[in-house]
Amino acid sequence: MTASAETPSSGPTRAASRPAGSLLYDPKVRSIFFQVALLVAVIAFFAWIVQNTTANLRARNISSGFDFLGNTPGFQTVTTLGTYLMDVSGRAITYLDVLKVGLINTLLVAVLGVVTATVVGFVIGVFRLSSNSVLYGFSTIYVELLRNTPLLLQIFFWYFAALRAPWVPDARGRVSFFWDSFHFNITGLYGPYPLPQPGFDATLWAVALGVALTVVMRWWARRRQDATGKQFPIFWGAVGLIVGLPLLVFLLTGSPLRWEAANFVEDGPVLRRGFQKGSGMLLIPELIALWLALSLYTAAFIAEIVRAGILAVNKGQTEAAHALGISQGKNLRLVVIPQALRVIIPPLTSQYLNITKNSSLAVAIAYPDFFSQVQISLNQTGRAIELIVIAMLVYLTFSLITSAFMNYVNSRMKLVER
Amino acid sequence: MTLRHLLCGVMAVGFGFAAASTPASAQSSGSTLAAVKSKGRLDCGVSQGLPGFSNSDSAGNFSGIDVDLCRGVAAAVFGDPTKVRFRTLSAKERFEALKSGEIDVLSRNSTWTMTRDTQLGIIFAGVNYYDGQGLMVPTSLGVTTAAELDGARICTNTGTTTELNVTDYFRSHGMTFELIAFEKTDEVGAAYEAGRCDVYTTDRSGLAAERLKFADPEGHVVLPEIISKEPLGPAVRQGDEQWLNVVKWTHYAMLNAEELGISSENVDQIRDEQAGLVSQGQGNQEIQRLLGLGDDFGAAIGLPKDWAYQIVKKVGNYGEVYDANVGPDTPLKLARGANALWTNGGLQYGMPVR
Repeated sequence: MTASAETPSSGPTRAASRPAGSLLYDPKVRSIFFQVALLVAVIAFFAWIVQNTTANLRARNISSGFDFLGNTPGFQTVTTLGTYLMDVSGRAITYLDVLKVGLINTLLVAVLGVVTATVVGFVIGVFRLSSNSVLYGFSTIYVELLRNTPLLLQIFFWYFAALRAPWVPDARGRVSFFWDSFHFNITGLYGPYPLPQPGFDATLWAVALGVALTVVMRWWARRRQDATGKQFPIFWGAVGLIVGLPLLVFLLTGSPLRWEAANFVEDGPVLRRGFQKGSGMLLIPELIALWLALSLYTAAFIAEIVRAGILAVNKGQTEAAHALGISQGKNLRLVVIPQALRVIIPPLTSQYLNITKNSSLAVAIAYPDFFSQVQISLNQTGRAIELIVIAMLVYLTFSLITSAFMNYVNSRMKLVER
Repeated sequence: MTLRHLLCGVMAVGFGFAAASTPASAQSSGSTLAAVKSKGRLDCGVSQGLPGFSNSDSAGNFSGIDVDLCRGVAAAVFGDPTKVRFRTLSAKERFEALKSGEIDVLSRNSTWTMTRDTQLGIIFAGVNYYDGQGLMVPTSLGVTTAAELDGARICTNTGTTTELNVTDYFRSHGMTFELIAFEKTDEVGAAYEAGRCDVYTTDRSGLAAERLKFADPEGHVVLPEIISKEPLGPAVRQGDEQWLNVVKWTHYAMLNAEELGISSENVDQIRDEQAGLVSQGQGNQEIQRLLGLGDDFGAAIGLPKDWAYQIVKKVGNYGEVYDANVGPDTPLKLARGANALWTNGGLQYGMPVR
């Protein structure tokens, strides 16, 4: 993009040999001049847009500014992780609070969606390459069906399928499973909520210690393998350290964790029956539907990416691995997948970004995500431009962070050329 | 070379924006009436389907009292109530559509509030339906008053004043609730009917209309409490008083016609009777002024002299419009109540034409 690129070979030497007076022909000076001029033009352009917008808003008697963020919103958000973390009950809340609630809810559904879509996508993608005709047929139908119908339709399908299913009891009833610790009805999925008791800190420290020890163990196992060629079962060691050790500490300290069950009332006025607010853990049906729809929809795309990635690895690689006596499992783990990931990761990043952005469809089924909170605030305050700017910045930040992380993973994975 | 082209491109885009923005800002101060006349039709923003207010049938014909208000404006301007193009708008896009000039008048069961009147750059032109927000519950809950609704799950749709009202009501009565806010009315109805929430709240007229769509309308009851005032009416852009007057007086003309006993059926007969009396300096002066037989009241707002005659002849008076769309003989079965003429103890009061 710089002007010096026009004369790549002779530019610098000619500039050096020229007398200092003719700055006009110095490619470096010219390049700086044009870049500064462009920068000024771009800044002036945006400054003009802002100035023009505020002038027009004023001319049309429309209030503007960000002062509304401190006002009390005239709405309430359904209980979700966001309202729980922000602790919005029983205090005066502001528009800023409800936006934060939405932000947390969006993050929640995005993280859940990314994890589930990746797992389902990889499984379906491998099925697509299976020689088993049932697995192949199922995965093909899955991909073609979900990839070729609109996401909004799928969100409605899961939501109203969940609400209308005949085996889902109404708000006053429940269906229990897992030894009566989990329940569901039309208002959501209820589970026990963990309440740490004194002494639970020891278990958390044990988890941290386990993770640290695993890192050390992995380093030691690598060195030993390099030196002696002997392998160490890292996976089982890690399980023992990260799961086994904390479990042992937990039991030794006398199981300092109480599970608070969701409070279910069976009699009294009809309206008061059913699960009570503020007890146990709750997944609302809107979240479940959105989570399902987003992950299953995106998984169809990820499956195709995974299939393409695996097919991109030359068959000769597998044959060479077999010739060296490497087992089928290790061939997949050490030869095929690392090479496939190089093809998979860049398009996978786009799918992760899509999940976050598509989660803004939540408003259609009343899940209080960030965009739905923005929309409600927008309607109540009329500050369209301010709120849309906030929304754009938030989604941009999400996307940039995801991209940065995935680029980091990609740089770790990509072919290191010597 | 590339850089210079890029720079030129940026500047061209910049000028393009500048050029594009000029007519937009000019339009806000200009005459909407002149623009409507020159394009030969009225662009009217209506709801996405609220029986009795604005709803379209399978053939795409719109009907409802909000629709008839727009037809009245078209009749006043063009003498032809069909010269209206209806734009269906969601609750949240309606004001932006009006502000941006996409529509000329917003007639979409919108509540007249101070925020909307003073901060959005729009202005309300009257109240064509006095409504109030109500609460609907399934009869199986056994609830008879709103005071028993502590802890209820409430469904409503976003982009309206309903979530604000219900929040105010529950807060001021010290009751807790869960608000589940959908984007569109259809989803609210479906979720409520499926049992996701205990209460459906919106304007009482809207509840009456939604109830009809349920599989079992008798299984649901609208509670007696009216938790908010909802004066619904048409809105126009700020800064164009002439157009504001056109819309405002269209509504008043329909009210005055009803008050004076003029309907679409007898308007020709009354006009002929009065026309004969004008030359003698006799007859009902109010009717003569309204029907454009005496002094010219249309010219001052840029309309033909017989503007009100056209409205009544082609669309009808307020009572006719009400009875045809939401009255007791329609499926909505809404009594006149607060929407009766002031002479009958209601709130509808047409300002005098004189």
